[in-house]
Amino acid sequence: MFYREAGQFKSTYGADQAIFPIVQDRWFMVLVLLVSYVVVPMFADEYWYQAILIPFIILALAAVGLNILTGYCGQVSLGTGAFMAVGAYATYKLSTGFPELNIIIVFLMSGAIAAAVGIVFGLPSLRIKGFYLAVATLAAQFFILWVFNKVEWFFNYSPSGTITAPPREIFSVLITGPEASPEARYYVVLVFLTVFALAAKNMARGHLGRSWMAIRDMDIAAEIIGIRPLQTKLLAFAISSFYCGVAGALYIFCWLGSAETEAFDILNISFPVLFMVIVGGLGSVLGSILGAGFITLLPIFLTNAPPVIGLEISTELQKHIEEIIFGVMIIFFLIVEPHGFNRLWQIAKEKLRMWPFPY
Amino acid sequence: MEVLNTFFIAPVLDMADSPIFLLEVIIGGLMAGVMYSLVALGFVLIYKASGVFNYAQGAMVLFAALTLVGLLDNHVPLILAIILTMIVMVGVAFLIERYMLRHLVNQAQIILFMATIGLNFVFEGAGQIAWGSNVKKLDVGIPENSFEVGGVLINSFDLFAAVTAAVLVGVLAIFFQKTSVGRALRAVADDHQAALSVGIPLKTIWIIVWSVSGFVALVAGIMWGGKAGVQFSLVLIALKALPVLILGGFESVPGAIIGGLLIGVFEKVSEVYWGPAFGGAIEGWFAYMAALVFLMFRPQGLFGEKIIERV
Amino acid sequence: MKLRSLLLAAAGFAIGITGITETDRAYADELFFPVFVYRTGPYAPSGEPIANGFRDYYALLNKRDGGIEGLKVKTEECETKYNTKVGVECYEKLKNKHGGALLVNPYSTGLTYQLIPKAAVDNIPIISMGYGRTAAADGRVFKWVFNFPATYWSQASAFVNYVGDQEGGMANLKGKHIAHVHHNSAYGKEANPTLDTLSKKFGFKLTKLAVDHPGQEQKATWLQIRRKKPDWVFMSGWGVMNQVAIKEAATIGFPMDRFVGNWWSGSDADVVPAGDNSIGYKSTAMHSAGVKAKVMQDIIKHVYGGDKAAAKTNKVGEVLYNRGVYNAALATEAVRDAVKKSGGKKPNGDQVRAALESFTVDKDRLAKLGMSGFANPVSVSCRNHEGAAPGVFIQQWDGKQWKVKGDFVPAMSDVVRPMVEKAAAAYAKENNIKPRGC
Repeated sequence: MFYREAGQFKSTYGADQAIFPIVQDRWFMVLVLLVSYVVVPMFADEYWYQAILIPFIILALAAVGLNILTGYCGQVSLGTGAFMAVGAYATYKLSTGFPELNIIIVFLMSGAIAAAVGIVFGLPSLRIKGFYLAVATLAAQFFILWVFNKVEWFFNYSPSGTITAPPREIFSVLITGPEASPEARYYVVLVFLTVFALAAKNMARGHLGRSWMAIRDMDIAAEIIGIRPLQTKLLAFAISSFYCGVAGALYIFCWLGSAETEAFDILNISFPVLFMVIVGGLGSVLGSILGAGFITLLPIFLTNAPPVIGLEISTELQKHIEEIIFGVMIIFFLIVEPHGFNRLWQIAKEKLRMWPFPY
Repeated sequence: MEVLNTFFIAPVLDMADSPIFLLEVIIGGLMAGVMYSLVALGFVLIYKASGVFNYAQGAMVLFAALTLVGLLDNHVPLILAIILTMIVMVGVAFLIERYMLRHLVNQAQIILFMATIGLNFVFEGAGQIAWGSNVKKLDVGIPENSFEVGGVLINSFDLFAAVTAAVLVGVLAIFFQKTSVGRALRAVADDHQAALSVGIPLKTIWIIVWSVSGFVALVAGIMWGGKAGVQFSLVLIALKALPVLILGGFESVPGAIIGGLLIGVFEKVSEVYWGPAFGGAIEGWFAYMAALVFLMFRPQGLFGEKIIERV
Repeated sequence: MKLRSLLLAAAGFAIGITGITETDRAYADELFFPVFVYRTGPYAPSGEPIANGFRDYYALLNKRDGGIEGLKVKTEECETKYNTKVGVECYEKLKNKHGGALLVNPYSTGLTYQLIPKAAVDNIPIISMGYGRTAAADGRVFKWVFNFPATYWSQASAFVNYVGDQEGGMANLKGKHIAHVHHNSAYGKEANPTLDTLSKKFGFKLTKLAVDHPGQEQKATWLQIRRKKPDWVFMSGWGVMNQVAIKEAATIGFPMDRFVGNWWSGSDADVVPAGDNSIGYKSTAMHSAGVKAKVMQDIIKHVYGGDKAAAKTNKVGEVLYNRGVYNAALATEAVRDAVKKSGGKKPNGDQVRAALESFTVDKDRLAKLGMSGFANPVSVSCRNHEGAAPGVFIQQWDGKQWKVKGDFVPAMSDVVRPMVEKAAAAYAKENNIKPRGC
């Protein structure tokens, strides 16, 4: 009874094609936005911002990006870390080279650079498919990180080989660098996620999203009905890399502040972001965000829970148990719900529609 | 012109300068390649029989090696320790089938892949809880001295690894070709449903195949553990095996061997002769790049099954 | 999955995460030291002894002395897995706990990079002993970061000094050939600029050989060494790379006593897999290994109740264990100075920083700490956060233990210091930092 579409009539094409055609969904969105923009900042302290919220939002953005490529277009990629690194290093070069340039514009330009790199490494996807492509994207991962590590120009010949986010502001509020307040950085990353997630949802329901899904489901059939595989796949690579690039830029500039290529290592970024996409649900924007929440929050929860219930165990044993539980939970989750959080969300909506009746 | 020189002329001149050293590099590459093949074999076996891209293979290598070393440290004789480790690996295979694979039948490949990543965490945690995270020396009596043959340095350990790999492949070939279990395995690899319908017990086959790849993991663990000590980093050798897999093809045992040898030689030659031009440490991405370029011509790898697409 | 169980799970989850915010109470009589450790993951073999060293030294302080100047020592371990992301969570969790952290030892290169800009904002000094950013030795730019007793660059120059000494004078370096085998990361490349400069100055030939992370396969590197036959090999290795390198060096028959690792390549775990083949391998060190020093005997007596076997399984006396003890001791002494200065009251981060800037541990004080002959004196100033006379010991593995060989080898500060100041100035310019005058 809470979630009934009955009685909601659409009288224009526009209303029928809205991103959220159902009233309840719109209210839900308003609620989510209200919570994240107003309620959360009222309660969060620095620990919450720095250790939980900001990394979660940035990785959610990367997961949305990868979901465009893997979930919607069906191209498995393990190169997320590299594309994020491109965004981060491009932002660093642009913002140190042109200090007066607005940092938001720099972020977007870096995303565009990452998109260009993504197109180059997306080219093999025309020939190579499935896991062969996944492993081939590792070539991008290792090569790009090697380049950033090796070519000193990328880190301005700094002898320590690291990039550091210089202080930059918008509307005279510092948003990068160590002095920037956690709130400011939180709002920046949150605005990026909101805009980009809505944009992704918008793309997915339109012509572009449909051609991606056609390619994913069977590329030869899609080709026969007139979808050009070259443009479609490369566009998926470009847009996905754009998202990842922006996420990478935020990762360094709004979160870590200073890092070397190791921050974008395959085990640090590429695999976890892929987990998020799969656990969240392939082909779902909301799923990516939920998946990012699951993968970033679960380890923190497992670390912090035992002391709360009064369990004192040695740090290493706890970490090992945590690893086992994390692994078991992933397997368990895939067994009970292989389609991810997105599917759970749909089930929840079904229940709400029927409530209070079971069927 | 200078670019031409550093990238094309100088390395070739360098090779011609000392053919013995070139030979040494190539032999070194072959030896390293054998080690990669040992890891890649485990991937291939599981992929062939169950269509699972088993990311946890690296963790299985670690787990097997840790178990073996743990037993040896507790003064269990070598042969008995190997047998006990094998029993553990069979038990593990049984558990994996019972609690994981059985529930994931007919899921998309990427879901199965993801599940093996979960498995990877379980192996890492369990192995370290049981045996700790220290570096352990693994000494099973493999000779380690080096000797020179006509100016070419050869290490007995590498030689031993090569012989082991050859024997392993031989045993696997006989197992696959001559035994009834092997035939059943091949049938399952060809078509799950057809195999089921002629009465091949799929679940048993899966246990067997995971046990066999547990055995391969043990062998790889002994070899890599002997080289670098048994420690957590063994997990990461999975990443070394991936270019071998794409080059050789996911389903092919000979592909894993030949792919490994090719990647090994290619890595070493490129690092030694082209490394200086690029600035060093290029072998990691060179291997992947080489595999990628190769795939452009043969999208299914060297010996992979031809991809036939129907609409 | 049922909806209800999902909701329950979500609720439990929220409680679990929020549970870490604890109730406030006064902590005036407790000095809090957060301890970042990596006892798990690929680098656990080096992380575990360091963590034990920290743990045992703080336990010793409480048991033997009843704390520092009458104030109890409170510690909490947080496992970082040597992963920057986890480390950030640890830092944020611990920095305000128990009345606030007095200082941090990040023990992770990535985490150190991350914390350096933050230290000034959070008012928590960073001690990065033998890792992190070398340029931080310039206290005018890096007010909150301390990297005594020596930086990577000082270490590299001390190594060259040592080689010169072994070859019978710096003049004999001319025409010699040194290879630097390094991990291909920001850390591994640290020594390169110094070695480049020195190679020009002294006329030795330098070959730089990068090893791809993680470094389990190094045939290509060592074949090149076999062919080029350098006189000396210096290694900046990390994790499994060390063990493989030592083994490969033995395989090609490189003379072990001309193979010198840096202080991250010379621990007990590094020489284990190569067995007897590693006898003679050398490395730089900040202090001596073993349990001879009085402080180690105290630890065995007070912390382990005289149980030598238990001490051994806890790695007491291993190189990195002693590093942990040494690090904890120096951090403690700095805090002790700060407590004294504030009249026996608990200091804040800024007071600890001020104490660190006039931090001096001379021979007498070392003796008082039970560290005579264990380490070299340290003297830090506002301008020089690396300490006045940096340098290293050279230790050698004899098949059973690491033994310091010869005297303290000083770094060439006349060469290194200008490079440090130049790098610090570049950092200051890029990040709009105004260097202090001092």
